[in-house]
Amino acid sequence: MNEKLGTGGLILNEPLLWHKGKKGRIGMSIPASDVPAAAIAEELLGNGVDFPDLSEVDVVRHYTRLSQWNFGVDTGMYPLGSCTMKYNPKTNERQAATPEIAGAHPMLADALCQGTLQILYELQQYLATITGLDAVSLQPAAGAHGELTGMLIFHAWHRSHGAQRHKILIPDTAHGTNPASAALCGYKSVPIPSDEQGMLDPALVAALMDEDTAGIMLTNPNTLGLFEEHILEIAKIVHAKGGLVYGDGANMNAVLGVIDAKKCGIDVLHLNLHKTFSTPHGGGGPGAGPVCVTRELAPFLPVPRVVKEGAIYRLEHDRPQSVGRIHGFHGNFGILVRAYSYILTMGEAGLKKASQLAVLNANYIKEQLKTVLHLPYDRPCMHECVFSDLWQQEYKISTVDMAKRLIDCGYHPPTIYFPLIVHGAMMIEPTETECKDDIDQFIDTVKTMVQEAAEQPELLRQAPQRTKVRRLDEVQAARCPCLIGPTGDDQ
Amino acid sequence: MRYLPHTPEEIASMLATIGKESLEGLFDTVPTDCRMTTPWSLPAPKSEWELDDHLRELAGTMRAGTDAKVLVGAGSYHHHIPETVRSLAGRSEFSTAYTPYQPEMAQGTLQGIFEYQTLTARLLGMDVVNASMYDGASALAEALLMGLRIAKKKKKVAISKAIHPHYRAVVRAYLRPTAYEVVELDYLENGRTDLSGMADLEDIAAVALQSPNFFGVIEDLEAASVAIHAMDALCIACFTEPLAYGLLKNPGQCGADIVCGEGQSFGISRSFGGPGLGMFGCREAFTRNLPGRLVGETKDLEGRRGYVLTLATREQHIRREKATSNICSNQGLCAMTAGIYMASLGGTGIRQLSRLNYDKTQYLKEALIRAGARIPFAGPVFNEFVVEFPRDFGPVSERLLAKNIVAGLELGALYPELAGRYLFCVTETITKQTMDTIAAEVRA
Repeated sequence: MNEKLGTGGLILNEPLLWHKGKKGRIGMSIPASDVPAAAIAEELLGNGVDFPDLSEVDVVRHYTRLSQWNFGVDTGMYPLGSCTMKYNPKTNERQAATPEIAGAHPMLADALCQGTLQILYELQQYLATITGLDAVSLQPAAGAHGELTGMLIFHAWHRSHGAQRHKILIPDTAHGTNPASAALCGYKSVPIPSDEQGMLDPALVAALMDEDTAGIMLTNPNTLGLFEEHILEIAKIVHAKGGLVYGDGANMNAVLGVIDAKKCGIDVLHLNLHKTFSTPHGGGGPGAGPVCVTRELAPFLPVPRVVKEGAIYRLEHDRPQSVGRIHGFHGNFGILVRAYSYILTMGEAGLKKASQLAVLNANYIKEQLKTVLHLPYDRPCMHECVFSDLWQQEYKISTVDMAKRLIDCGYHPPTIYFPLIVHGAMMIEPTETECKDDIDQFIDTVKTMVQEAAEQPELLRQAPQRTKVRRLDEVQAARCPCLIGPTGDDQ
Repeated sequence: MRYLPHTPEEIASMLATIGKESLEGLFDTVPTDCRMTTPWSLPAPKSEWELDDHLRELAGTMRAGTDAKVLVGAGSYHHHIPETVRSLAGRSEFSTAYTPYQPEMAQGTLQGIFEYQTLTARLLGMDVVNASMYDGASALAEALLMGLRIAKKKKKVAISKAIHPHYRAVVRAYLRPTAYEVVELDYLENGRTDLSGMADLEDIAAVALQSPNFFGVIEDLEAASVAIHAMDALCIACFTEPLAYGLLKNPGQCGADIVCGEGQSFGISRSFGGPGLGMFGCREAFTRNLPGRLVGETKDLEGRRGYVLTLATREQHIRREKATSNICSNQGLCAMTAGIYMASLGGTGIRQLSRLNYDKTQYLKEALIRAGARIPFAGPVFNEFVVEFPRDFGPVSERLLAKNIVAGLELGALYPELAGRYLFCVTETITKQTMDTIAAEVRA
């Protein structure tokens, strides 16, 4: 296919909800009352809610038009580094919508919800076998929530060993959630710089690790898309000083079936089901961030735990060492059902193949683009590769201009300006579900764009031009925040 | 495998480009000692049709199936969900998009969330509402942390014992590693929170109440906020049933400074408790202390209205360990869903639906009283209430279950002092006929 992907199209304008409708319309059916009206004390009554009144058609047109201003994985390639924007299978949506499952109430007796408990129990077992760890909690609602749970486990474990610690080691390549999650548990982050190969140096870890340090949080493969080759040695250093090793599994899509987290010396690992296990990102959530731990840390996992006795599944609450409850109910259960469906569809061979192809796609892109874009760490990568805008600076073109030009070409841009240690970073993660033809077309597009940067730089600086809106004034948005629409007479 | 598009020829050609012999060779940088060598204990892969069968089989083991009448709320409510909500929120342009970091190609998500923020702010009576938190429970924990940040030097927060027990458990878990202390306020004989001892407490940054509370009782938030402000603390109002504010005074009107709670009632299926929607708002003065994402309005290069994520300097990806929270995502699609639901109901509809929930609840309450039951808490209720039966309710509950009616939640596990009492919930999905059946069984 030689035809260019990005083209113009008819985009319809659509006002804000409160500029539509007429008082007295309604967009959903409300059952007629079959009981008498009851008295209510005047002082409890509100004045009514100032929502616009819309018909069903008003609502349908409104949200359909809004959806057409969006770009999703179903629309096209979304090589957003560290986000693993793989295809989200349709059957998973169907399974999560199974009426008995979607309608299950979370507070009923165990005997009434054996099916949902079985899903939780089996998914725990599957994630344990996949990571090599022993026990799993599915409660965390997102990756950062998993990190917080992990830090709570660190804290509880150290408390059970008599002495609380106050610091935690975090590499400079880490995602911002790592230090923020550790801070919630009172840990002060001690940054560790990575070396010129993009690796963590065990000698540096040894120099920083002491008896007041709770442990280390590391992402492997790291956010440069490289495998931390000294992980085992680092884990030994941390363990020798009585610390624990936290593995941020955000990049697990690279290494399914390749690494055994326990053998790597990892004590606690979170997984992002919305990355590796194909659940949709939903425009920012809901995701799910289960934590997997070693046998020694299992007593500290959140309660309730799902256990199986004979053929019966039940919730167990009585775990005195547990960090407690971190979600109102059982986590983002609907997301868990999708991941469960994905694992059952893929099986062992399919999951392992997925990682192989994800790494193949990333290395293929890296090899072909390193002649036109600066590649700061020229080593075999895992599932993503990180370029910079160094070679485009002479044309006064920066990463953001290239990202915006890619939008006009019909692609979601890569992750930009992360990791922070690469100036003007562009992090490309194609995932395994993109085929060679589409990747070849993407590579051609980037090469053309690089040429445009030299020959027609305005094309990049003015991009995007084919979208509903052009570049937006983010400074203005932050300086004079307008966070909700007008109320009352100002509407 | 239908999700993996590579043919063997393509793999060979791509490997040749990279200069690798095999797919396994891509992992040469992974040390041998770290390798996975144990085979996995996973079932054999299932076809799409086998997966359908498997889930159908699991669904069949759910004793409270789709035709069951569930009169249990306790933070998870059964309301009718219009097909439009399911169908619009299910559009894959919304569901398969990432966080709108590239606003030019995510205006759908952004305008939708801006509208959600606006409608939620109007519902709660708040000046600002964020793009959502994980759920009601974590939203409460974050609200208390926010209160502590605003108060700076103070080290304690007080929470009502009539707040959902699971929410209180989450608060304890979040605050346990910190130097902060959580004080619990008992409830009175009428089911409302006892504020009488509060004035003696010192060093309190914020006080949190739920209204309607876990017992369904509507708190006197106005009086509470006056008392809380008098001790120079912030008033946090929490909720599990936002539909109540279609009828009742909203927390902002009652003087709350921060409002947080669960938005599942608005078009989101119960789904065994998640995903839900942590709604979170505050007064304007506290905007820069808010946790979580915010969408704001701005203009593009040509002066057209558009939306972006904003005030990111509060957030972890900029501020790292100094961020207002570690939260990175929101429950984006759930917020969108709630927005669609609120738009479908409208101002007229939400009043009507809210009223219907209220009326039906009063009906069951009175029917049970006539059947000999006692209502231990005299405070006014919205769509939940606690019941005490003259005799052991266990056998009645079993008989009702045989008729596919799940009648109430026994409270002993959550409040030992209320053992034998049941928390009932009535929404628009419960007919008079079902309620009459329950009353008849109680009388029998």
